[in-house]
Amino acid sequence: MKSFNGILAIRRTVIYAILVTLMFISVCPFVILIINSTHLHAQILTGFSLMPGRYFIYNLKNLLGNPNLPVLRALLNSILVSFGNAFLATYFSAMTAYGIHMYQFKGRKSAFKFIMAVMMVPSQVTALGFVQLMEHMHLNDTLIPLIVPAIASPVVFFYIFQYMKATLPKSIVEASRVDGCNEFITFNVIVLPMIKPAIAVQAIFAFVNSWNNYFLPVLIVSSKNKKTIPILIAQLRDADYMKFDLAQVYMLVCIAIIPLLIAYLFLSHHIISGVTLGGVKE
Amino acid sequence: MKIKLQKKHSSIEYNRWGYFFIAPFFIIYLVFSLIPLFSTIANSFFETYRVGLMQIGPKFVFFKNYTEVLTNSELPKYAENTLIMWLLGFIPQILISLLLSIWFTDTELRLRCRSFFKTVIYMPNLIMASAFAMLFFVLFSDSGPVNNIALMTGKIAEPIRFLFRTDTVRLLVAAMNFLMWYGNTTLLLMSGIMGIDQSIFEAARIDGASPLQIFIRITLPQLLPILVYVMITSLIGGIQMFDVPQILTNGTGQPNRTTMTLIMYLNNHLFSRNYGLGGAVSVLIFILTAALSGIVYSSTLKESKKSDGGKK
Repeated sequence: MKSFNGILAIRRTVIYAILVTLMFISVCPFVILIINSTHLHAQILTGFSLMPGRYFIYNLKNLLGNPNLPVLRALLNSILVSFGNAFLATYFSAMTAYGIHMYQFKGRKSAFKFIMAVMMVPSQVTALGFVQLMEHMHLNDTLIPLIVPAIASPVVFFYIFQYMKATLPKSIVEASRVDGCNEFITFNVIVLPMIKPAIAVQAIFAFVNSWNNYFLPVLIVSSKNKKTIPILIAQLRDADYMKFDLAQVYMLVCIAIIPLLIAYLFLSHHIISGVTLGGVKE
Repeated sequence: MKIKLQKKHSSIEYNRWGYFFIAPFFIIYLVFSLIPLFSTIANSFFETYRVGLMQIGPKFVFFKNYTEVLTNSELPKYAENTLIMWLLGFIPQILISLLLSIWFTDTELRLRCRSFFKTVIYMPNLIMASAFAMLFFVLFSDSGPVNNIALMTGKIAEPIRFLFRTDTVRLLVAAMNFLMWYGNTTLLLMSGIMGIDQSIFEAARIDGASPLQIFIRITLPQLLPILVYVMITSLIGGIQMFDVPQILTNGTGQPNRTTMTLIMYLNNHLFSRNYGLGGAVSVLIFILTAALSGIVYSSTLKESKKSDGGKK
């Protein structure tokens, strides 16, 4: 029995060593990122140092004052687009899920099957027609094509639908009908609060996806004051490397990544339980 | 009787509300996804491109764009690049995720700080891929910190030109994809393992099965449907690989277009407004993902039918 425990202890030690190594690899790029964002361009060039510098605020001011990179404007656009996506995707997906879950109308099953079928269609394959259509509708170079399509988000729908199936009893809605409540008001006042956990998780994911989206925005947006953060990063990558102010590069990457990471650390519990709930589609 | 009829009638009245609730989704999907899909397909049958400011076409050419793309372009090469970079990231990803998920769910091991580890390994999944690629670009540039540290510690005599060699660029892309996705895969596999009846594991342990035997005889067969699901969804994601190699190589797929992916190629056509060839590439990618998702659906459908049958 003792040797058995000994083997277990060895296994544990090996596993902890592997976990710590993985952790180190996962965290290392971000540590270097944060350290280098506190150094000046010249300091970064002379070699990497583990000690954080004192120029974080200085670099931040420099970046925000860069006339070629409208960082503040891009931040505003990114926040606007991401909040718009999070709100529209969750609200209308909840509406759609409620419609299919609660009502026995004609075509209900085919509506559900349709959404399941289109769930895996990548947005890249419709991008060509999408860009053309936006030009016809004179919506190119606006933020509308980056926000409004979120109303139809099959994956968000599927997650909320599964959640409703498990948690929303039909009797509650019938009770509110007896009380003479209008169906739409019932949905807003009674149903939405009941499915809040699912909405919160999906709002986070929709926000993150939209915040990180690069492929579609770069095809739609061209003018300087409509750009989002990922487009600025691509623009910086496109610039001449010799003229890079590396401190500003690190700072821009910081702005793109760090706020989200901080939010993640606070919400990680919800996010991680959300991944496992919605991940396996059965 | 009369009351019953009335009740039935009113529930039909209520059921019409269903259309009201699902209308926004379907209207928006029709306008912003379905119409673009059909017009993309339509575009693939026309010759449309620009030479300078001159617009050529649209002229109906039937399948000419497809034969052009399949036989006379570098599309097969880009498909190969995409597949190689996906495999380089996916193989270590599935192996490490499998190990981690088994360790995290092992009731005998009782690892500490599991939720802390899960939080950290999932973290890179939320990072903006383009920003991550930009970070790797500066970290691995000729005078970047990685070369710097390696030079200082005397591991190398002169800087490694990571961004100008096919193998290193591919490995960097794969490494980023690995870092971004192994946490997610671990969580999925964990939920799969926790779905397996725990008494099977205990019975095997009492019978004296080693951890390796338990893994090969019990965990792996039970986990197979989820492994297939993870693999195919990852492959679908791999086909869509774009942000990371695009930013890392500034859209060039350097060196010599050996890291150019399918979507990067599509993106080039979209930017140069070659809608004919772009349409053909889009349709081919669409068919590929549709076939792969078909496999996912039929396998999960089979699985759910099997479990239904078991209950009866």
